[in-house]
Amino acid sequence: MSRAGTRVDAKKVNSELFTLTYGALVSQLMRDYENVEDVNKQLERMGYNIGIRLIEDFLAKTGSGRCYDFKDTAEKVQTAFRIYLGITPDITNWSPSGDEFSLQFESNPLTEFVELPDHCIGLKYCNVLTGVLRGAMEMVQMDISSVFVRDHLKGDSCTELRIKFIKRIEDAIPAGED
Amino acid sequence: MAIHNLYIFDRNGSLLFYHEWNRLKQSGMSREEEAKLMYGMLFSIKSFVSKISPLDLKKGFLSYKTNKYALHYLETPTGLKFVLNTDIHASEVRELMKKIYSQVYVEYIVKNPVCRLDEPIKSELFKEKLDELIKQSSYYTAKIA
Repeated sequence: MSRAGTRVDAKKVNSELFTLTYGALVSQLMRDYENVEDVNKQLERMGYNIGIRLIEDFLAKTGSGRCYDFKDTAEKVQTAFRIYLGITPDITNWSPSGDEFSLQFESNPLTEFVELPDHCIGLKYCNVLTGVLRGAMEMVQMDISSVFVRDHLKGDSCTELRIKFIKRIEDAIPAGED
Repeated sequence: MAIHNLYIFDRNGSLLFYHEWNRLKQSGMSREEEAKLMYGMLFSIKSFVSKISPLDLKKGFLSYKTNKYALHYLETPTGLKFVLNTDIHASEVRELMKKIYSQVYVEYIVKNPVCRLDEPIKSELFKEKLDELIKQSSYYTAKIA
């Protein structure tokens, strides 16, 4: 198999290429929609479609099983960021009930060469990530919501992604059984 | 040693893929009916196993054996189900199934944007690579008595 050799040690690409390609995507969306809310929505949708496929790659690569609790999930999300973006965000700000946490990014490869112009103040530049997380989690029977609460690009000291567990999605039962 | 056939089900129980290599006896029903029967049984075994287990289960149902064949079951956390029937002497079938998942399914279906994930697999490339992997494996033999 021609691609078997490259599987385990995933193809490394220059992160600048990725950063700039993503930048081109965002600026194209800005041109197409002219409305930051629509762009945010489109980015999330694209992310979702990426996430539902990316999870299979992640599971095949890491061989990880189901999560025992949400803390376990948080660690696996952290691993995934390391694998796919080469960064290790910090897991912080657990809610007392343990169903909510934050991922804090010191640096973010998506925003490396980015400055937001004034008319884009509502734009969630990295919103694709929230979609990826939602899509991937949905495939492992978890309904979550995630939202950027702090953003480097908007003058905050770091970027913070808040992730909230909503509910477990139950397995489908085949027709004719109860 | 022999590999008989392979079923792949999605998380909702629809049959994504079926292929047979060495199958001497057919079930005498349509493929759809057979797949429903198979999925129903797996579903029941799974819930049976988890209810009857005296200990906390980690992996759940893995395989069963009759005097003629062994059925091996692999379910990914995303609900994808692989069912591989082999003869009773085959070993390390789990490793082979993981390879089918990671080296064939993920590579040629998940990473192929024109393949929808919720429809039966039509990709010729997938079939080719799967066949290659099965025939490479140490316990594949062309004919069984």
